[in-house]
Amino acid sequence: MTDATKEAGIVGRGNEAGARLFREWFQGLNAAAEENRGAAYVFVMGSLCELLRVFDFPIVFPEINSLQTAVRRVAHEYLNEAENYGYSPDICGYVKADVATQLRRGAHPMGRIPKPALAVCTNACNTYIKWGEIWERMHHMPLFTLDIPGSRGAGLASPRGSEDFERDRKYVEAQLRELIVLCERVSGKRFDIDRLRQHLGWANELNQGWHRVLELNRSRPAVFNALSDGTIYLGVANGFRGAPEGGAFFRDLVEEMTHKADRGIGTPIEEQWRLIFVGVPCYPIFRRFSELFSDWGGVFVNSTYLWFASGGANLGFTYDLARPIESLSEGVLLGVRDAMDSMFFQTQALAQMIDDYAVDGVVYHPIKSCRTVSTGLADTRRALMAVRDVPSLFVESDMMDRRVVSEAQMKNRIDAFFEGLASRRHQAAASTG
Amino acid sequence: MAYAAGVDVGSTQTKAVVINETREIVGRALTDTGANVMRAAESAFHEALTNGGISEEEVEFVVGTGYGRYKVTFGNTQVTEISCHARGSVHMFPRTRTVLDMGGQDTKAIRVQPTGEIVDFCMNDKCAAGTGRFLGAAAVALDLPIADLGPTALRGERAVKISTTCTVFAESEVLSWLGKGKKIEDILLGVHESIAARSIGLLRRVGIEEEVTFTGGVTKNEAMVETLNKRLGLKVNVGEGAHYMGALGAALFALDRIVAARAPAAKGAA
Repeated sequence: MTDATKEAGIVGRGNEAGARLFREWFQGLNAAAEENRGAAYVFVMGSLCELLRVFDFPIVFPEINSLQTAVRRVAHEYLNEAENYGYSPDICGYVKADVATQLRRGAHPMGRIPKPALAVCTNACNTYIKWGEIWERMHHMPLFTLDIPGSRGAGLASPRGSEDFERDRKYVEAQLRELIVLCERVSGKRFDIDRLRQHLGWANELNQGWHRVLELNRSRPAVFNALSDGTIYLGVANGFRGAPEGGAFFRDLVEEMTHKADRGIGTPIEEQWRLIFVGVPCYPIFRRFSELFSDWGGVFVNSTYLWFASGGANLGFTYDLARPIESLSEGVLLGVRDAMDSMFFQTQALAQMIDDYAVDGVVYHPIKSCRTVSTGLADTRRALMAVRDVPSLFVESDMMDRRVVSEAQMKNRIDAFFEGLASRRHQAAASTG
Repeated sequence: MAYAAGVDVGSTQTKAVVINETREIVGRALTDTGANVMRAAESAFHEALTNGGISEEEVEFVVGTGYGRYKVTFGNTQVTEISCHARGSVHMFPRTRTVLDMGGQDTKAIRVQPTGEIVDFCMNDKCAAGTGRFLGAAAVALDLPIADLGPTALRGERAVKISTTCTVFAESEVLSWLGKGKKIEDILLGVHESIAARSIGLLRRVGIEEEVTFTGGVTKNEAMVETLNKRLGLKVNVGEGAHYMGALGAALFALDRIVAARAPAAKGAA
């Protein structure tokens, strides 16, 4: 095989495989809905897919279903339906799109979504719990809420192996053991620890792969765009967590990104500016939103989204298969705690990201319908600007609701941001002669 | 002598400025934008040329700015009005560190370095509250010409509290105050106070550092200037050509391009 042929076979295959896996996942969900099988409804910040797969639950991520309605430009129909039902325009767009999906008996642009047999959430987002209560009332099924101890303060997470950490881990482990009993009852299947080992093994491949892929984007030019490409990889990281396809996908993705990094192959655009994205993407105009930056040569090299919404995969945690439940509790504690840190104690991590990834600018994208990730962004932006002399942009819209997305206003701010970056680079070049 | 031009196509009015190589304004013009944005840009540009006694061929570079900047089809490039207002303000008032631009549909707060480089900026979001349009709504409700709003407000003694943040609802609120027997002068003073408060909120988000330069169409309203001065506790810079500041900034960027192109080894400009 020649280099060119090999390159043609490698570069871009992650995006293609990701899109294919996504279609297959929803085809599987559609089949489950047709067979009237109940699913496990889970969330990106602590899904516990590794455990739920032991009981053969179809896995549903309502957040991903909802954002898909926006990407496929029908979110407004779902939002309107939920608002006509009585939900306020100010409530989380993900919740409302899901409520409308439930009211439509699972009808979704990617196929039918099976109804929940149980739901599992963590305390990483307060809306998760209220959302789960809606399903409890609609479908009369159990919601299991895992209470994960967070960091005590910025930089004050109990270190692994410490007495504090062990106490927290045992607290999580006790809850997991309760969840196992619930899963046995709902599914009618006995817990099989060897199957758990198998799913943890596939999750290990995925975790290590995702961690390595993020690291490889330190290359110049960046090997993938954290906003556009990264969101595809993130979908696989969630939907195929603990599944053999997930492990294989990330094994291949590491190979692709290593290949690109070794040969200096970047994204399709000529990289002018290396950026970090903070928040959740603007899905109603997802492609255009990305182009508003890439048209200027702006490439997102990392994001908090790829961090907090990856279910802890960003940490590259490896489960100890010799002690599966104990190790799962450790992984869940670390992953969910890290996701919460990304919202509440992000300044130091962003500063480190700026250094590691040689970043030119930071884009903050607060979203109207998610107060959890948006509250405090103005403060954290100020804090970051105080510790790093890197320009930042604050541009607000929404991840679901196109009624509050004004492309013209957004473009104006983004253009001005890049003009400022260019002026800054020009003056720096002039001052150094 | 080479000339550079800037055309600022705003939501309400279109402004054009022509400058010479020594950065002096030699011609300028203003027209209502209306529905035909391209025609408004051409009209303002040609009127500015006529006012300056300059032919179109003498203008080597044109920069379009404002929301309609991509409709300046005869222009050579586009720069946002955020950069242009900052650039124009630092040129007119070199000690400027903060700019407040109040236009027809948006208000911008911009913090700049002595070089004119933008440190930070923010704008009103998705709503025209705190902009010139808010004044327009009040003028309609009170059946007054726009030019009379400022002088009338200056006669006010006890500003009424305008609590709404919505331009559409402001009209009904003004009418309700009239129904309660409040004086037009006091209602208008309240409208000015309300807009100033929202604008100062934007300024605080970027950080207020003196000197503050006030630009845009609303600078012609004396009551707004006075209200801002009182609430900020300082005197904002308001130039005679404050309305043209975006177009001036665009013309200065255009001149940069001319100078860069002439340099022996052009390093590329912003």
